[in-house]
Amino acid sequence: MRSPRRLGDRLFSSGALAAGLLILVVLAAVAIFLVAQSLPALTAGGTDLPAGFTSFWSYVLPLVFGTVWAAVLALVIAVPLSLGVALFLSHYAPRRTARALGAVIDLLAAVPSVVFGLWGITVLAPFVQPFYTFLSAAFGWIPLLAGPVSGTGRTILTVAVVLAVMITPIITALTREIFLQTPRLNEEAALALGATRWEMIRIAVLPFGLPGMVSAAMLGLGRALGETMAVAMVLSPSVVVSFFLLRSENPTTIAANIALNFPDSYGSGINVLIATGLALFVLTFVVNAVARAVVGRRGGGKGL
Amino acid sequence: MSKRITLKDLDAYYGSFRAVEGVTLTIEPRSVTAFIGPSGCGKSTLLRTLNRMHEVVPGARVEGEVLLDGRDLYAPGVDPVLVRRQVGMVFQRPNPFPTMTIRENVLAGVKLNNRRIAKADAEELTERSLRGANLWNEVKDRLNLPANGLSGGQQQRLCIARAIAVQPEVLLMDEPCSALDPISTLAIEDLIEELKQDYTIVIVTHNMQQASRVSDRTAFFNIAGTGTPGRLIEYDDTRVMFSRPSAQATEDYVSGRFG
Repeated sequence: MRSPRRLGDRLFSSGALAAGLLILVVLAAVAIFLVAQSLPALTAGGTDLPAGFTSFWSYVLPLVFGTVWAAVLALVIAVPLSLGVALFLSHYAPRRTARALGAVIDLLAAVPSVVFGLWGITVLAPFVQPFYTFLSAAFGWIPLLAGPVSGTGRTILTVAVVLAVMITPIITALTREIFLQTPRLNEEAALALGATRWEMIRIAVLPFGLPGMVSAAMLGLGRALGETMAVAMVLSPSVVVSFFLLRSENPTTIAANIALNFPDSYGSGINVLIATGLALFVLTFVVNAVARAVVGRRGGGKGL
Repeated sequence: MSKRITLKDLDAYYGSFRAVEGVTLTIEPRSVTAFIGPSGCGKSTLLRTLNRMHEVVPGARVEGEVLLDGRDLYAPGVDPVLVRRQVGMVFQRPNPFPTMTIRENVLAGVKLNNRRIAKADAEELTERSLRGANLWNEVKDRLNLPANGLSGGQQQRLCIARAIAVQPEVLLMDEPCSALDPISTLAIEDLIEELKQDYTIVIVTHNMQQASRVSDRTAFFNIAGTGTPGRLIEYDDTRVMFSRPSAQATEDYVSGRFG
């Protein structure tokens, strides 16, 4: 029963194959570029590095820390907020309200990050500074909140808030779609047992949506890790490892550091910056791999 | 612990569409009542008005009264959540919670509304409910495994165990065997026979042999045409309904002339 393969089928299948291969080629090209340009930096000595650093690793480590720290703080703020909004949209709000609010959230996702950066500097930072003073005075015994408080409000916490606002729309939009896909049968099973609406969400909607929630959070984390402009604009950076949220000396992120220093770099300094870019590449790759593993282990992967 | 259900002039709507009109009937405790009729005649809708699951659909509402031992389920101030704890339901397709184990599924309803249950009591209730659903011997060695590893018939009996674990007054069954093979169907029918010792059971079925096998009383519903509301045509002892019904439409339906 062999039939001659039609021209259209052949064209489409080779087109699809070419598209798939192109992705791999681009990825490989980026990886090769990063590795090749980084190699000189990995062995660089004191003269090639910014003042005060003896080896490449002592330079990149605080940057990796700052990147992860800012992104994790952002995620801690954004995830509960996004899940709440998504649940409200999918299970509480009247349909018309949900549609209008959903459109507004999608609009928020379309705001360029430079705008968020400007908003962070000119509006958010002065606005939150008095709160920071209060927080430190009242809860200064918590090491994270210890003073002295930054006078400008331009701290890592402000950055985290800006990043959280940026990643909330995408996490909300994804999780809302997942919550809406909960099988009606499972929801009705819970309701028919005498579950309240929240209990129905807890025993039917959330377990079903868990893999998708993890994926959505990881996508948000990926975006926060790579975000450049908002961080570069808000922070007055230093390359340090510091957990303090409210002080004026703050760790910066890899992407922001590259953006700020690249214009003035030359020679091996460029290699050093590219090597930090490689570190970011590996970091994002690891985050995505972990997310996939988590989603896969839950036996789902249905979410996204 | 079973109760009498009385429907008085009940209308059920989806938005402006009236799906069921003017149903008045009384369902006796400790008996099996079957709702039969062609597709779209509103029998499932009517069933779902008995535990206020009808209103879960956006825009759906009910007019008239449903009395459970004289108390109107639709009286102002009645909490649908509490109604559903007294009136359990088994659905057309088995719907155990997929992420829970067999034991967690059985206890799902019991643990709602912040109730706590001692471990020994939970063990005992799990066993009693699963025995009640004729499932204990098949699953007693794998109570901690996920429920979706069971066969369709076992899943449906698990759903029955979950429903009876909260000790409802009434058990509603919406075509409980329509997704099952004949062997599993037989197991569920035997189970219904046993459960009626303790519960008031209302079952919707498309299968007339099933209605005649399991039910004591049968209600026949019909519609005049598409888009018209379903009405109760005849309600009587099952024997009478299947041998000498008084309405011509019933006679035609049970003898297989239409539907």
